[in-house]
Amino acid sequence: MAINPKTLPKPTPETQHFWDGARAGKLLLQQCDNCQHIYFPPRPFCPDCASRAVTIFQASGKGRLYSYVINHRPPRWIEGHYSIAVVELDEGPRLMSNIVEVEQTPEALILDMPLDVVFDAVTDDITLVKFRPADPASRTTSGGGA
Amino acid sequence: MKPKSIAIVGAAETTELGKIPNMSQIQLHADAALNAMADCGLGPKDIDGIACAAEWPTDLAHYLGITPSWVDGTMVGGCSFMIHLRHAAAAINEGLCTTVLITHGESGRSWVGSKAMGNNPASLAGQFEIPYGCMGPPTMFTIPVLRYMKDLGLTHEQLANVAVVQREWASKNPRATHQDLITIEDVFASKMIAYPFHILECCLVTDGGGALILTTAERAKDFPTKPVYVLGTGESVETPMISQMKDFTSSSAFKVSGKKAFNEAGISHADVDHLMIYDAFAHLPIYGLEDLGFVQPGEAGDFIWEGNTAPGGKLPMNTNGGGLSYMHSGMYGMYALQESVRQMRGIAPAQVAGAKTSVCHGVGGMFGASSTIIMTNEK
Repeated sequence: MAINPKTLPKPTPETQHFWDGARAGKLLLQQCDNCQHIYFPPRPFCPDCASRAVTIFQASGKGRLYSYVINHRPPRWIEGHYSIAVVELDEGPRLMSNIVEVEQTPEALILDMPLDVVFDAVTDDITLVKFRPADPASRTTSGGGA
Repeated sequence: MKPKSIAIVGAAETTELGKIPNMSQIQLHADAALNAMADCGLGPKDIDGIACAAEWPTDLAHYLGITPSWVDGTMVGGCSFMIHLRHAAAAINEGLCTTVLITHGESGRSWVGSKAMGNNPASLAGQFEIPYGCMGPPTMFTIPVLRYMKDLGLTHEQLANVAVVQREWASKNPRATHQDLITIEDVFASKMIAYPFHILECCLVTDGGGALILTTAERAKDFPTKPVYVLGTGESVETPMISQMKDFTSSSAFKVSGKKAFNEAGISHADVDHLMIYDAFAHLPIYGLEDLGFVQPGEAGDFIWEGNTAPGGKLPMNTNGGGLSYMHSGMYGMYALQESVRQMRGIAPAQVAGAKTSVCHGVGGMFGASSTIIMTNEK
């Protein structure tokens, strides 16, 4: 999916590790060393207990389709309708994403369907974390805001 | 705050609502403020507290010729005005000021002299939400709904019915943008905006404004208007990112704010005669009815379907037609407050006969913020 340069993420010192990870094909989360809480989006302390002792780790990249809308008014730089989805990772946190390699219809986008992470290098610096159906039989080569 | 210690003595909307291309945003604030001052017979020299959002209170104070000793520019989206009211009540009780003007104006449709909010690509939302093709509230505020529908059994028909019922109220209001009755089939046949939301399940985009004037309940009897007393207030925030909302079937900010307001007011749900729930999209009254405790989780769709919130129902809700049919300039909270005041004064176009208590509940920034104001016309 094409991206508007104005909406390209601008990493900060607190999130740079996430973007470096994505560029290397890794989905990175953080876990608190004190209370074991796993959280997203990135920040250098635990939002549950405020401990600064946190560890970055690589997530499994597996999750499920938690909720979504299908945007029927795409901007001019995107062709066709596309899903804006929230994925719940197996590790617990949820994140915004697009579901790719699948028709962008309510019939194809089934809540709770298992998903696998894919990495979409939109520029040399920025790779967006997206998801596709975990079951290869559910994938299409075309559809999908891809 | 202390129940009934503060009263709303002045209230007015802009002279026109809808399409106002001949007025800049700050003038919409001023137009509403001048109307509210005329409503209660005050002038700018009588006002010593000012609050507004989207424009700076500094700009408004200078523009209107007000010298305040109390200022609030809280800006958390569409419920900011309810929060201003809450803060103003506390400030007056604390003796920081005596007479507060709260203004709202928004050139949401014509875009005359309004500031674009703009994306900050270094914010967490700018990094982790916006890049996925989010195009403003219709593609973000709506995201939790499919989860709600699956977990709690809400149907597409019940979602569409929210818009149908609110149009029944709008049909009784000559100032409503849309007054023709609609059916569920009309909603389904209307343009898809962001599945599962059709355009008739999304708010209007208009120009307009409103203003309120508050003072002590003791002084209120000296004004020409019927005093509307502030009975209870609440506020809270949760997250600026819709993807990070803890529970997709319920708003934490709604619950915290609503509980605080009901506790302060010392009333039960059965005491409520009139209800406003900010409806930027059709699902908000459903979340609001449940999170405020009027019904149990999963019951609001049926509750509306059975006619309880419609004209003649036991809990009249969004009696001006709401953001879906009355008007919505972007931050609707001020218009919900205005309708609650009209109902408490007994002058609403679709007046609820004998209504004594009104609950006015707002949302801001896509479930990000909330505030609840409970009013009464009984001293």
